[in-house]
Amino acid sequence: VRQLETDPIFNSGRGSALTAKGTVEMEASIMDGTKRRCGAVSGVSTVKNPVSLARLVMEKSPHSYLAFSGAEEFARQQGVEVEDNEYFITPDNVGMLKLAKEANTIMFDYRIPTEKCAGLESPVKMNGLPISVYAPETVGCVVVDSQGRCAAATSTGGLMNKMSGRIGDSPLIGAGTYACEVCGVSCTGEGEAIIRGTLAREVAAVMEYKGLGLQEAVDFVIKHRLDEGFAGLIAVSNKGEVAYGFNCNGMFRGCATENGFMEVGIWE
Amino acid sequence: MCHSSETPMRLVRELETNPLFNSGRGSALTAKGTVEMEASIMDGTKRRCGAVSGVSTVKNPVSLARLVMEKSPHSYLGFSGAEEFAREQGVEIEENEYFITPDNVGMLKLAKESNTIMFDYRIPTAENGKSPLKMNGLPMSAYAPETVGCVVVDNEGRCAAATSTGGLMNKMSGRIGDSPIIGAGTYACEVCGVSCTGEGEAIIRGTLAREVAAVMEYKGFGLQEAVDFVIKHRLDEGQAGLIAVSSKGEVAYGFNCNGMFRGVATQDGLKEVGIWK
Repeated sequence: VRQLETDPIFNSGRGSALTAKGTVEMEASIMDGTKRRCGAVSGVSTVKNPVSLARLVMEKSPHSYLAFSGAEEFARQQGVEVEDNEYFITPDNVGMLKLAKEANTIMFDYRIPTEKCAGLESPVKMNGLPISVYAPETVGCVVVDSQGRCAAATSTGGLMNKMSGRIGDSPLIGAGTYACEVCGVSCTGEGEAIIRGTLAREVAAVMEYKGLGLQEAVDFVIKHRLDEGFAGLIAVSNKGEVAYGFNCNGMFRGCATENGFMEVGIWE
Repeated sequence: MCHSSETPMRLVRELETNPLFNSGRGSALTAKGTVEMEASIMDGTKRRCGAVSGVSTVKNPVSLARLVMEKSPHSYLGFSGAEEFAREQGVEIEENEYFITPDNVGMLKLAKESNTIMFDYRIPTAENGKSPLKMNGLPMSAYAPETVGCVVVDNEGRCAAATSTGGLMNKMSGRIGDSPIIGAGTYACEVCGVSCTGEGEAIIRGTLAREVAAVMEYKGFGLQEAVDFVIKHRLDEGQAGLIAVSSKGEVAYGFNCNGMFRGVATQDGLKEVGIWK
């Protein structure tokens, strides 16, 4: 996830979506399935790799979740790499923020595959208030090792033109990220819908309580827990299975194994 | 017509104003001696939710959480963004000093002297609270678990829940606990409403509030069964408790520590309070 955060194309770290004020507020979480230990940060504006800070919260602090100026202070105490807020802002995103403000909406990332070309036709609603689009290119990673231990991490800049202070699903354990003895899950999409549906935890819950396999669980959760929103997720199980699901047009994803197998996908 | 989330919000507002409880006025203090409050509210009918964290001048954080749910395009606002939203919405504001009580200043001093995250001495304990507990592997003497919460079900079976707290005494500034996290400290859906209190880190890791509903939905448990199951199996290394109601009008609670302050009231006039098992 550090690699993806550094890459300006993705909505995390450098290249993050901008708040209504034109600044960057990043958030991330990480979870270790073995003992369900977790760490998360929100409102981070100078830390080069938010997911690394989330990991330090998990390992070096007595808490699970730190935010805003408290997270920034902790980052300095821990000596992580920091950059000025400008480092994270890309020209592409400045342009998109302008578009979003003109349309007075929370903005779609035009790079998301859509069936139409223009992408701004039908007004979609989030939480009942109109939005044209949203920036769903949150990055995430789920991994399982040869002993069946799972882990997950998610990192994002959030929604383009979001209110300053807005926290989405990515740093929330059980919503955007979850890992336990049976699986690891990371989600992307409409934060509000993922929170409401406790999406990441749900995959594990239906495996544990209904005995579903990984792909079955993923399909079930995408079908039944996303009532009014668009989202997707990636997941691995302690048996080494890999699965993904989404209820929108596409989701950028990739998979790699230690044997050298690599695959990427966008559409169903 | 009244939202089902109106009742828990009003009740929690009362508890926030009361300086005895760890929420609103009377909140636990951060390591800096300030107050950072958080709250969440959830309406079971459509699972709409609102939450705030890092609130330091809003008199009733749970009301702000409700405004986030109803008047913003988001579900969760924190810190200065939440404070700005509060001013835009015109909620009651107080100086940070309003929330700080002499009792808590004294406790913070004790916590700093023992270099730990501090117990609320009012919590019922069997011994004198001597044995050092650990949270997340780092030593702490105690914690301040008097988070306040409310769960409610109306006569049409609609559930709602709300939770509000100042968090842990001597916590790091910026620390977010379970209370504002949907699925951890608060949850409500078509089958039940749940609010938790206790060690935030354990509640987050166990997604406690959602868990009660999940075992009801996926394993077909009744409310009390679900609560017992969750307390027994999802709290591996931490102490916590919860209150819950079901769409059938049942009331349940559970905890794995010595006691939990709780009360129940019905429209028929039944009122009951409890501390111990």
